[in-house]
Amino acid sequence: MSKVGAAIVLVTVVAAVFGPWLSPFDPAAQELALRLEGPTGAHWFGLDELGRDIFARVLSGARISLLVGIVVVSVSSVIGILLGSIAGYFGGRVDEAISRVVDILLAFPGLLLAIALVAVLGPSLTNVVLALSVIGWVGYARLVRGQVLRSRELEFVQAARALGASTPRILLRHVIPTTLPAVTVQATLGMGGAILAEAALSFLGLGVQPPTPSWGTMLNYGRGHLLDAPHLTVFPGMAIAILVLGFNFLGDGLRDALDPATKGRAG
Amino acid sequence: MLRYLTRRLALTIPVLLGVATLVFALIHLIPGDPAQAMLGEEASEEDVQALRVRLGLDQPLLQQYGGFLRGAVRGDLGRSLRTDEPVTQAILDRLPATLELAAAAMIVSIGVALPLGIIAAVGRGTFVDHAATTLALTGVSIPNFWLGPLLALVFAVELGWLPVSGRGTVGHLILPAISLGAALAAILARMTRASLLEELREPYVQAARARGVSRTRAVLRHAFRNSLIPVVTLIGLQFGAVLTGAVITETIFAWPGIGRLLIQSIGFRDYPLVQGCILFIAVTYVGMNLLTDLVYGVLDPRIRYE
Repeated sequence: MSKVGAAIVLVTVVAAVFGPWLSPFDPAAQELALRLEGPTGAHWFGLDELGRDIFARVLSGARISLLVGIVVVSVSSVIGILLGSIAGYFGGRVDEAISRVVDILLAFPGLLLAIALVAVLGPSLTNVVLALSVIGWVGYARLVRGQVLRSRELEFVQAARALGASTPRILLRHVIPTTLPAVTVQATLGMGGAILAEAALSFLGLGVQPPTPSWGTMLNYGRGHLLDAPHLTVFPGMAIAILVLGFNFLGDGLRDALDPATKGRAG
Repeated sequence: MLRYLTRRLALTIPVLLGVATLVFALIHLIPGDPAQAMLGEEASEEDVQALRVRLGLDQPLLQQYGGFLRGAVRGDLGRSLRTDEPVTQAILDRLPATLELAAAAMIVSIGVALPLGIIAAVGRGTFVDHAATTLALTGVSIPNFWLGPLLALVFAVELGWLPVSGRGTVGHLILPAISLGAALAAILARMTRASLLEELREPYVQAARARGVSRTRAVLRHAFRNSLIPVVTLIGLQFGAVLTGAVITETIFAWPGIGRLLIQSIGFRDYPLVQGCILFIAVTYVGMNLLTDLVYGVLDPRIRYE
């Protein structure tokens, strides 16, 4: 399954990078005479409400999805690893303070806080990334804190401390590396999560604004043409589902590979 | 037990305070002047000033915060800017619709997930298991904002069996419930499978198997009941995901619940109503998690909060 996942992700990356060469059409070019036309030999996925080629737009949308995924996962994981390892390593009041903030952010279900933040900050790609990072780091912090609580008692960490290594050095060189396998799994699944969340926000009109082709925004506009042009809904949605499935397969496979104890159990 | 209950309840208070503080802060995160942002660029200075006074934005920040908290405790979340209706009333009016949808989605997902999880666990490693597991992973990956329109396309537009949108009959409920419940069904099926497999390794199940009890019987008569504890917990914890999913599902199917109210209020920049909806959903979620933890404590006597 993880190979299928890796293949899906690879194909998407290729589509995102080489998109302009894979389709003869410009994702922004309008052919108003052909608007809402279904899939044909020339336009594989058909045309949208402004006569733009949906295949070219889906390829172009892959860039937005991957960009959001990479930035959100990078920002959230760095903040989460930093705060989580500080909380776990030092314990006491620092841990108490960080854990309370984590508890409060976790008190908002899933996307709700992101919806709230984008609602007040205004819909844009930057604000989507910001909102998703604000809620994203919490999961990493929790994970890393738990791992650090265990690894700070390990012999090689104690030895480094006894040898007089500085705290930042112990954290960066000895403690944090022990958390990386778990973080890698979470980051892979997090890519899927961030892509799904961006699409959801864009679908609600709170994310990437037109004319930028985002899969969620395309679905939002497709909703108005469900009766006369369902291909507006079918193809961008399929792209989201397949890419998210790819990251989920990959994440599941990595978890099995990195933690044999969960193999076959987590399903 | 009593100590566990008290500690768990005491832990909820700072979380609720934090949630309320964040929701209060939202209005101050609006870039520029919040009152101007709500009324738009063309609004006159008098109107903007009047709104500032009405929302208390002219008062010192601490006073605003105190007023917000006092109001929230009393259930007074201000008035809608657009309709002048009390925010609490607007939310309570939509609550039955959201609860109906959430309950239906949970019934759909439990009805699909438990049999799927059991089948996968009983036939572990076989084709059936792989098929069920793949189906579950696919269910998690399909966004409900895609599944919803697709279901509407097939069952409402093409086949004409069910209404496309709105609320009223049981028929109206089916497509939104499936579209909202699919992801939860996938998560629950995975959990049921994992939990059952865990339970099947327990000595009492092994003993039953050694006595010649068939695997299917061992699963259904012995392991299944105990494996339900983590599944029940997960159902409770996933309630929040259902509430957030409802925001999207209600928007797709024009379902007159709190989620749709939230999205509409965002469109109208009716921020008191936005704050009210967010606060209401978050507090319900915290309450549901608390309830889940308490039930968990009762179900499994080994669990005590230390």
